[in-house]
Amino acid sequence: MVPLDYYLVLSAMIFAIGAIGVLVRRNLIVVLMSVELMLNAVNLTFIAFSRYLGSMQGQVVVVFVMAVAAAEAVIGLAIIISVFRHRRSLDPQEMQLLKW
Amino acid sequence: MDLSVILFFVLAGLLVMSSLMVVFLRNVVHCAMALVAALFLIAIFFLMLHAPMVGVLQVLVYAGAIMVLFLFVIMFLNPNTPEPRRKLWWGFGSLAALLFAGSLAALMTNGESADPMSVAEVFGSPEMLAKSLFTDFVLPFEIASVLLLVAIIGAVVLAKREP
Repeated sequence: MVPLDYYLVLSAMIFAIGAIGVLVRRNLIVVLMSVELMLNAVNLTFIAFSRYLGSMQGQVVVVFVMAVAAAEAVIGLAIIISVFRHRRSLDPQEMQLLKW
Repeated sequence: MDLSVILFFVLAGLLVMSSLMVVFLRNVVHCAMALVAALFLIAIFFLMLHAPMVGVLQVLVYAGAIMVLFLFVIMFLNPNTPEPRRKLWWGFGSLAALLFAGSLAALMTNGESADPMSVAEVFGSPEMLAKSLFTDFVLPFEIASVLLLVAIIGAVVLAKREP
């Protein structure tokens, strides 16, 4: 059986890649996709712990994370559409009206 | 080295590669396709970790519904000029489809399926997930349904064309 550490290291790597995507990309849709990647890395951790601790709670939490991620994607994409209507751009750098 | 460890490393390499493609590719549609690949690979990991129900949900909800929504918004917002189609990809796609059909046919013809009752109570089965979901986690379940309703209404209100 694959040791638990391997799964933890793998999901930490995926989470880090997603965080880099959130920080460096200049396209709102790709930023949202990177957030989905981070959520999936956390899901992988939950499932791995659920398997190695022999408890079903991790899998239930993953189902809830999927529901929340679906809601987050829907609202995020609706906001992106709304912002694009106003500014004709998807660059988060240009959305600084509230920046001091 | 164990066979499952080798399988883990192959899948992990593919997963890291497709995640890097999500973050660093320039074309947004290519990013979305790489994300679909990453989600499928994570679903395979779920299957390896005895979570078949969650793996199926991952493919249906994430790689299916959410990614269709992403692609819809991508094509809605920035219609790139269509690239010229390359023959190579047609060949590659047909080859992959043929391999997939061949493996499916092999499974359907000679696969003696196990007795469903014997695998019903193993760890991670849909029954165990449902028992846990509808006994210990009933309140979060109901809250999640309210959350989804709020998300539906919010998306309609946000994306509606202003009068």
